[in-house]
Amino acid sequence: MRRAFAAVFVALVLPSAAGAQPGVGVKAKTGKGLYAAFCLSCHGVDGRGVSSTSHPPGVLDLRGLGPPLKRVGALAADFYLTTGYMPLADPYHQPRHTKSPFDNREIAALVAYVASLGKGPAVPRPQPQQGDLSRGLSLFTEHCAGCHQVVAEGGYVTNAVAPPLHQATPVQIAEAVRIGPYLMPRFPASQITDAQLNSIIAYVLWAKHPDDPGGWSIGRIGPVPEGLVAWLIAATALVACCLVIGRRYQQ
Amino acid sequence: MVRRAVEGTEEPVVIRGLVRFLDERSGTAPFLKKALRYAFPDNWSFLLGEVALYAFVILVGTGIYLTLFFEPSTASTYYTGHYLPLRGHEMSVAYRSAVDLSFKVRAGLLMRQTHHWAADVFVASIVLHMLRIFFTGAFRKPRDLTYYLGLTMLILALLEGYLGYSLVDDLLSGMGLAIGYSVLMSIPVVGGNLALLLWGAPFPGKPDFESRMYVAHVFLFPILIATLLGLHLFLVAARHHTQFRESRRTTEKKVVGVPTFPGQAPRSLGLFFAVAAVLFLLGGLVQINPIWLWGPYHVAAGTNGAQPDWYLGWLIGALRLVPNFDVTIGHYTLVPNPFWGGALFPLLVFLFLYLSPWLERRLTGEYGFRNMLDRPRDAPWRTALGVALFTWVFIIFLAGASDRVFVSFGVSYEAQIWAYRVLVFVAPVVALLVTRKLCFALQQSERLGRIRKQAEAEARGELPQPE
Ligand code: HEC
Ligand code: HEC
Ligand code: HEM
Repeated sequence: MRRAFAAVFVALVLPSAAGAQPGVGVKAKTGKGLYAAFCLSCHGVDGRGVSSTSHPPGVLDLRGLGPPLKRVGALAADFYLTTGYMPLADPYHQPRHTKSPFDNREIAALVAYVASLGKGPAVPRPQPQQGDLSRGLSLFTEHCAGCHQVVAEGGYVTNAVAPPLHQATPVQIAEAVRIGPYLMPRFPASQITDAQLNSIIAYVLWAKHPDDPGGWSIGRIGPVPEGLVAWLIAATALVACCLVIGRRYQQ
Repeated sequence: MVRRAVEGTEEPVVIRGLVRFLDERSGTAPFLKKALRYAFPDNWSFLLGEVALYAFVILVGTGIYLTLFFEPSTASTYYTGHYLPLRGHEMSVAYRSAVDLSFKVRAGLLMRQTHHWAADVFVASIVLHMLRIFFTGAFRKPRDLTYYLGLTMLILALLEGYLGYSLVDDLLSGMGLAIGYSVLMSIPVVGGNLALLLWGAPFPGKPDFESRMYVAHVFLFPILIATLLGLHLFLVAARHHTQFRESRRTTEKKVVGVPTFPGQAPRSLGLFFAVAAVLFLLGGLVQINPIWLWGPYHVAAGTNGAQPDWYLGWLIGALRLVPNFDVTIGHYTLVPNPFWGGALFPLLVFLFLYLSPWLERRLTGEYGFRNMLDRPRDAPWRTALGVALFTWVFIIFLAGASDRVFVSFGVSYEAQIWAYRVLVFVAPVVALLVTRKLCFALQQSERLGRIRKQAEAEARGELPQPE
């Protein structure tokens, strides 16, 4: 729902606000030009951030409209752009995973521009095939399942949604762990090493399609859908049997 | 009561032979003859209790199969089986044996899943059965004792299911036990001692706790339920079923229905096969509690959105809806928060249900025997109060799933909780008033219909029909 809203919002409001159609009519194909058209209003000139006091505190009590981008580097820019988190429609809303309005070339140009604003981390190159699935499950349970649910189906955390991770690519997962977007804590290499990160990614990728027995997996979130099946399928079928076998009330 | 089964039906030779065989060895022919002639009401709603009975039979059958392979021990071990995500994990023997039961034991997963589906459906059918009893007034004297036994079995079934869910020692088991522990601890004065008595030590408790749960789950509770079930059925037969006032043939004193044989027995057998088919089909085709995905429980581990089975969802809902406060005296917490939702709420609901027969006697002044059933509309106040109560419980039950509703449909969690906090007070009152009105309206339209029919008959010059 919200995601759809955000997408519509981006599609309808942003191009007109910026006076340009991404991917088609943008005159400035350079990173700087795109930045000026789509990001400057919130992140300020040269990524200094906008901390206008005229705006009430937004997400995370963030002052102003957007945080400074001086030291976030290519890593954060790549994550926020490839996930479609940015450009954000409303600075008081949680960014959601959507299709980016930019094409790959435009994203590359924007990432390069943000990276040029200051010294920051580069886009990571995780190697999930070197990870260990079983270690991945323990690490994921220890660090991530409390928010993202143990099979990465997502869940509610105070004032936000910890999204399901089935859309995230290996690179995005690695980036998210190092950034800690929105309410998510950031995990530096001192907490989760690159090798451990590979295992976590291996597990998250596996959790997209766990190969397991038992039949139709009704959401992999446990009792809520199970209760629905018990009532809507089993109990309903059995009440129908009773109606067929027994007689209805007759005056 | 005069028992009058449909006359003139002769049992086939096999049955007669069987009765003779038993009679020659036990002298029970009169009893068996009576049992075979027992008249069952053939209204469909009387079959809901049988569904519960047959689900229980399936539970015992599949449960016995599980005991052959399940090892109730918290001793530590490492998983070395073929399922990759768990390879090398440290876990309890109990959890490993449940995983092996699912992956290695022949028909193990089918039995585990069928057992769990049967538990979900067992409680669902008890609830449906109870609704039928409540809304038709079947709990009135002389069947109040039967009704108390039924309610007690419902409570036992809830606890039994909770124990089964907790035995397995997967991540959800452990998280569920942690909540149960905190609710027990929250009971004023005695809670702490009770919890320590059961668990043997502060959470997660001593290894003995697992064996205690096991004995309770596979022996104590099933035996208790089976005993109460026997008494329950004996009392039903001894005072005979109730019946609807469907024709002039049925009165407070006369019983009309289908005899056990050849009427009820094959129908009931058919229902048993239907229950078994539904449960085993679900067990084979639809995943339930995939414990290998949850992983083993460790005290520090947890997952978002852990939920109990549906029949305890109303308690999770209540724990969520009660605002966060404790009752303290100085530094001493007299009533910790989980008490309200986890203990007081179910206590109130069951108190109301247990007191219903007595309350109804006091309020209506009807102290006599009541063998005829009401249709819900015939007792507007009972129906309205019942609908109010179950609406209240249902709203709180829904609140238990609000986090999943938020994640799946994007409806703000905080907004939902506040909406439920209002609905909890408003919805029962609205339900009560609307239901009462509806009952009166239905009665009214029926009365008008009768008067019209009579007037039409008189206009045609026919004699007025006796009511
Ligand atoms: C409507 C205002 C808005 C617009 C427009 C916007 N952003 Fe953002 N941006 C935000 C907010 C608010 C955050 C903080 C969100 C969070 O913490 O998850 C953010 C965070 C970021 C971050 C992560 C910063 C960090 O500290 O890790 C990057 C990178 C970023 N934005 C890039 C962009 C780019 C590139 C554009 C243009 C395509 C853009 N943003 C457009 C408001 C905006
Ligand atoms: C405190 C809760 C919390 C924890 C712990 C946490 N996350 Fe997150 N995570 C979030 C939230 C909230 C978001 C949404 C961020 C946003 O919308 O800007 C998120 C977003 C993500 C995303 C982006 C998903 C997408 O497609 O939009 C990935 C990938 C991710 N997290 C992985 C992880 C991993 C891996 C771990 C464990 C190492 C982890 N998270 C731990 C709360 C958490
Ligand atoms: C009212 C009846 C019963 C209910 C509601 C009930 C419910 C449950 C539930 C919900 C589980 C968890 C299943 C899972 O792993 O997903 C369970 C497990 C178990 N039950 Fe029962 N049960 C009942 C009767 C019995 C009986 C009669 C026995 C045996 C005599 C039994 C033996 C077991 C065993 C051994 C397990 C653990 C093994 C496993 O799940 O892998 N149960 N029960």
